[in-house]
Amino acid sequence: MAFLELKNVCKSYINKGITTQVLTDINLGIEEGEFVAIVGFTGSGKTTLINLINGLLEPDSGEVLLKGKPVDGPGPDRGVIFQNYSILPWLTVYQNIKLAVDEVLPDLSKKERDAHIRRYIEMVNLTHATDKRPAELSGGMRQRVSVARALAMSPQVLLMDEPLSALDALTRGTLQKEIINIWSKDQKTALLITNDVDEGIIMADRIIPLKPGPNATLGPEFSVNIPRPRNITEINKNSTYKKLRNEVLEYLIEVGSTRVQNDGVEYLLPDLKPVMPGRIWPGKRKKSEKVKYF
Amino acid sequence: MHVAEKLDTDLKELVVKDRLQGAPVMLECSDIKKVYPTKKGDYVVLEDLQLNIREGEFISIIGHSGCGKSTLLTMIAGLNGISGGQIMVDGAPIRGAGPDRAVVFQSPSLFPWLTALQNVMIGVKQVFPHASKKQKLEICKYYLNKVGLGNDFDKKATELSQGMQQRVGIARAFALKPKVLLLDEPFGMLDSLTRGELQDVLLEVWQREKITAVMVTHDVDESIFLADRVIMMTSGPYAKIGDELIIPFERPRNRIDVLEHPNYYDYRGYLIDFLEG
Amino acid sequence: MMKDKSIRIVRFIGFGFLEPLIRLLSKEEPKKNTVSFLKKAVFPLVSILLFISLWHSGASYLYSIEADRRIEKAMNDGGETAASEMKKCIESGSITCQPNTLPSPKQVYTAAMALLQDHKIISQKKDEFYVKVAGTNKQRAAQGLNEITYTGRPSFLDQIGTSLKTVFAGFLLSIIIAVPVGIIMGLSSTLRTAMNWLIQIFRPVSPVVWLLLVFMIVKTLIQDPDMDKSFVISFISVGFCAMWATLVNTSMGVSTVDKDFINVAKVLRLNIGQNIFKVILPASFPLIFTGLRITLSVAWMVLIAIELLAQSPGLGSFVWEEFQNGANDSNAKIIVAMFVIGAIGFMLDRIMITLQKFASFNKAEIA
Repeated sequence: MAFLELKNVCKSYINKGITTQVLTDINLGIEEGEFVAIVGFTGSGKTTLINLINGLLEPDSGEVLLKGKPVDGPGPDRGVIFQNYSILPWLTVYQNIKLAVDEVLPDLSKKERDAHIRRYIEMVNLTHATDKRPAELSGGMRQRVSVARALAMSPQVLLMDEPLSALDALTRGTLQKEIINIWSKDQKTALLITNDVDEGIIMADRIIPLKPGPNATLGPEFSVNIPRPRNITEINKNSTYKKLRNEVLEYLIEVGSTRVQNDGVEYLLPDLKPVMPGRIWPGKRKKSEKVKYF
Repeated sequence: MHVAEKLDTDLKELVVKDRLQGAPVMLECSDIKKVYPTKKGDYVVLEDLQLNIREGEFISIIGHSGCGKSTLLTMIAGLNGISGGQIMVDGAPIRGAGPDRAVVFQSPSLFPWLTALQNVMIGVKQVFPHASKKQKLEICKYYLNKVGLGNDFDKKATELSQGMQQRVGIARAFALKPKVLLLDEPFGMLDSLTRGELQDVLLEVWQREKITAVMVTHDVDESIFLADRVIMMTSGPYAKIGDELIIPFERPRNRIDVLEHPNYYDYRGYLIDFLEG
Repeated sequence: MMKDKSIRIVRFIGFGFLEPLIRLLSKEEPKKNTVSFLKKAVFPLVSILLFISLWHSGASYLYSIEADRRIEKAMNDGGETAASEMKKCIESGSITCQPNTLPSPKQVYTAAMALLQDHKIISQKKDEFYVKVAGTNKQRAAQGLNEITYTGRPSFLDQIGTSLKTVFAGFLLSIIIAVPVGIIMGLSSTLRTAMNWLIQIFRPVSPVVWLLLVFMIVKTLIQDPDMDKSFVISFISVGFCAMWATLVNTSMGVSTVDKDFINVAKVLRLNIGQNIFKVILPASFPLIFTGLRITLSVAWMVLIAIELLAQSPGLGSFVWEEFQNGANDSNAKIIVAMFVIGAIGFMLDRIMITLQKFASFNKAEIA
């Protein structure tokens, strides 16, 4: 029996009398300590899937089981990291994490809790920003707070809903490494939702594509048999990596190509030469950066 | 070029079969310098930057965020001033912005109060004032159809998804029949799978006219797939052109064939090494 | 199809609470829609009834206090007999000794009916008058003289009409001045800094002061004795009072047009006229329209005070006259006026919202 299991899960939405079947027959089993990545298209129902696992939504049919028991509403045993950080802007980093820890570990003494919080702040390399507010932090740092908060709750399962999508490429790479470092210390069960295949390969043990909706189902599984730790420059030379990457990408291209829309109507392009219109703005000079009107 | 040193010898032959041999230089950037005055003194973003692009070539520029690649692009576009040096297009120095250097922006920037067709039309009217109304309409419809929006002419810009809006942005730029097409991380805001679709769309439209194109991106795979040459910029301040990589894959390019090419991962590794190193 | 269309229309004009009713009637999801309808339509109705009953009990309470005081006064002045006479008088409901305090809902209703009746009488008189002088007026017109107009007392509904005319004239004036100036200010940051002090000083000025200013100016400029100066003074004052919101919003809207749109306009090399009308105005329209909405509501509010002082025959002067009158049903009439003013203000705002939805490209921005 798997640690986290989804059996024949279906979910639909009703909007203005029209039923949209978002997810159909989702079957997923995640073993304890496994890191699984689900790669999907935008709008295919990835967020719905995460919300079914963390208990914010209930499936129409099928079961969502954690350690054999059905999931009943949200709870700290499933820690979630969202795309838009969701940290409270009027609290400092320390206070944000403290809020979660106080909820989950009320039995610990104040000192123990303090140590617990600081340990996780240290884990995400934010010790220098312990007492700063979110407005003073960059996007990457805010996401680290989110990670620390989720981990500090000692969840059984870590759910990540496109956590790094909103960050620039450099920060994204750095945070990928950090999350994997942290994960390898505790080896928690983790589920990552992403739209970047490379991110999935770097971080996960298994990659499962989510086909585009409606009626989205999970595609075939791809095992990532590349030893950890995985370094992005070195992995490029690994033949297993190349083969796997191509396999996943080609599968996604095939599945995604059914989405292209075109009628087959042909229009003719008149053969004309373009003309440079009008005069440029008054007062525009090479040196000025801004154009002032007058 | 550094490519030949590290890769197989038969690649050298491919490099020689450069399809653009003999083409005139379309875009010439000489001794480009860009300075931003800040509170702590002048910040020199670019210095001593040289770049030559031939007619019909598709260049991609990669580099870290903040290295100044977008700044360079906006300078070529005429939306940003030049502190030193000169930019020449088709032999003449540029003066301000213009439809001869059409831009596809990072965010689609369509006018939300107009439909897709009207958005393209507003540009077409500017560069083809001598065309009849019917011809102008045909031009707009042709490009919108090419980017896959043949059924969505009259949809308001706000009714289109991000990906579809960006398609209109591409159509709008191509419809101006520019001398140089400038793309500023056009697919950065899209998820990586829509990005793939749009890359195909871009190549589909580009294939016909082979307009000289300069694309700024931070996605290594995108730059290899689309370009004839990948230009690597060093990080700011004082950024300049660091290195160049010629991509000899034949056109038209099929994504799966490109992925399966024996040297694909070598090119990819080369670029990643540059970015990480 | 009919159902969807009617739902769209109902939402469009701002009567969204009718939507669940329509859905109920078409047998769609009865449980959810009944609950929804209860929440949206029935609960507000209940709160209105609650309000009226609270008002009634409050008014009765005040009535009894006042009544007792009068009886006591009569007692102090004239002794037992005068007191019991006063008591009988109050109970009989005759107008000579009614306590004069907050009117009850019933009294307000009676007053409203009386005003309507009054209007009917007056308009009848007006029609008769015009029939009588038709012949004379024709002669006068032929001779180039002005026609004789009815100079009797205006009815309540006439006064509402005058108020509406004044507010619209003032609103139009605000638009004509504020929008072009706002656009020019938005385009030029130097002009913005130059005019900032002017806006900041004149914006908080009270309508009463504006009225006096305008009065001074208009009195000197317009010498024609026949013309209805009060209307001119009123609407100009209303216009000047209310235009600041539009001015500031237009200027802000124009100056904060998304840089990307400006860049597109630069690449396409649009000339200044095209730039303003095709790019900047449509882009700043939501902010401009918000300014117009604020202007209209401010105009309606200051109108009453201005009319009161300018002696323009509108709702403002109606309220003042009733107050001066001190007649028995004056208080009730003033309350009627209050509700009418509120209702018209509400309607005006609704109209603006509907107009905005017509012209807007981003429905999410409408408050």
